[in-house]
Amino acid sequence: MSVLDPSSGTPLLRIRGLEKAYGQVTVLRGVDLDVAKGEVVTVIGPSGGGKTTLLRCVNFLETYDKGSIRIDGEEVGYQDGPRRAMRSERDLARMRAETGMVFQMFNLFPHLTAAENVMLGLVKVRRKPKAEARAIAEHWLRRVGLAEKLDRLPSELSGGQQQRVGIARAVAMDPKILLLDEITSALDPELVGEVLDVVLQLASEGMTMLVVTHEIGFARDVSNRVVFMADGLIAAAGPPRELFGGAIEVERLRAFLSRFGARV
Amino acid sequence: MGYHLNFNLIWRHFDKLWGGLVLSLELALVSIAIGIAIGLTLAVIHVSGGRIVRALIGAYVEFIRNVPLILLVYLVFYGLPTAVDISYDATTSFVATLSLYAGAYLVEVFRSGLDAVPRGLIDAGKAIGLTPWQRLVHVRLPTMLRITLPALSNTFISLFKDTSVASVIAVPELTYGAQWINFNTFRIAEVYLVVTSMYLATGYAILLALRALERRFVIGR
Ligand SMILES: Nc1ncnc2c1ncn2[C@@H]1O[C@H](COP(=O)(O)OP(=O)(O)OP(=O)(O)O)[C@@H](O)[C@H]1O
Ligand SMILES: [Mg+2]
Repeated sequence: MSVLDPSSGTPLLRIRGLEKAYGQVTVLRGVDLDVAKGEVVTVIGPSGGGKTTLLRCVNFLETYDKGSIRIDGEEVGYQDGPRRAMRSERDLARMRAETGMVFQMFNLFPHLTAAENVMLGLVKVRRKPKAEARAIAEHWLRRVGLAEKLDRLPSELSGGQQQRVGIARAVAMDPKILLLDEITSALDPELVGEVLDVVLQLASEGMTMLVVTHEIGFARDVSNRVVFMADGLIAAAGPPRELFGGAIEVERLRAFLSRFGARV
Repeated sequence: MGYHLNFNLIWRHFDKLWGGLVLSLELALVSIAIGIAIGLTLAVIHVSGGRIVRALIGAYVEFIRNVPLILLVYLVFYGLPTAVDISYDATTSFVATLSLYAGAYLVEVFRSGLDAVPRGLIDAGKAIGLTPWQRLVHVRLPTMLRITLPALSNTFISLFKDTSVASVIAVPELTYGAQWINFNTFRIAEVYLVVTSMYLATGYAILLALRALERRFVIGR
């Protein structure tokens, strides 16, 4: 099976030989991964396998040591050329604005209302006039079912509502790719559905996504491709039916999936 | 034994006390404003600067915090003009001293506040493409201010009370007004009763105002 999506020549996101260590601990040991435009790729795997680190490298919230990450052909974090020089802060900010990120702990700006959380990037980064930014924020907050909560502070919202603001904040920037890191794992079980529904909706509209999740059922439903990551490496990858159907013989994957037995 | 409280003489000179209180508040307000400017600037420099600037800021903070305020007041008012050729009146001298004093305490408050801004919020600011300066202005400082409001309230009240030290260089604030009336009327108990009540009432009013601000702004959770 090819890692490249057959529908397009160069993938939107192209990761090659990605290595990352925190001090003595090597967390990523040579990850290769492509995500084509419009594709939803889900990353599953045991705790500590490097899933969060992988996502954070794609958004350059973490530096990486070796290998390459390219979005639309542009190297993330480092200048093109033989010398591995970091991009300027201005350049990093510009590139980060092209990738949306939704966090496990929501990370909403606590002093700003739901609408203001969404507007901040639109006004300061996209340089939109306030009124236009407000209209875009209202549009996206309505899309995630929060039309009634525009002017509420994060502290006045439930976890599920906060996370939907987090999604609206990311997609309102019109990113090339959306990165989701276990966006439901801090939520009470009864609030998980409302958040995943929003993601499913975005996926059906063609949003390119790289999703880390422990919700195996959701991974099966939303993904074009599932990647199983363990010990800093991609140990298995394939369409959800193959990966979850037992067609791929990888011992660690089997052991991992058996914990979810009933739900797959 | 008959010491009878008699407030008549106090009321006759009450304008001294009232004027003193107004000046005390003005001294506090101006020093706090300048202190905030010093504190914020140095805190921001401290969290983003190199070792040498950090050490310099640390030296300033430690110097101020380990020397009694009254001594700083003497140093600036009597010492400095002898050492270098400048002159200023007592009020200006005291405002300068209290501002530097406030600045040192506020650097510490703001610095620990900046450190307490959750990493995730800074990441969220990065993720939407804010530059470091935009993250500072739109994410770190507003969050820090809300985190530090309770500590700020305490510092402000202390600084208001510290204006009484200005009496040692004859700045006519409230405590100096009390001493003046003492000297001229010898109604010592009465004066200090009245002045204590005035400090208490004003300090408490400031506290209530700041608490109201905290309820409005401190991040609920
Ligand atoms: N800032 C850090 N400093 C040092 N070590 C880190 C840091 N962040 C992560 N690690 C380590 O890197 C490894 C991979 O962590 P990572 O968070 O990427 O795993 P994960 O697959 O997302 O796990 P989980 O499913 O628990 O979220 C872990 O061993 C972790 O302890
Ligand atoms: Mg993780």
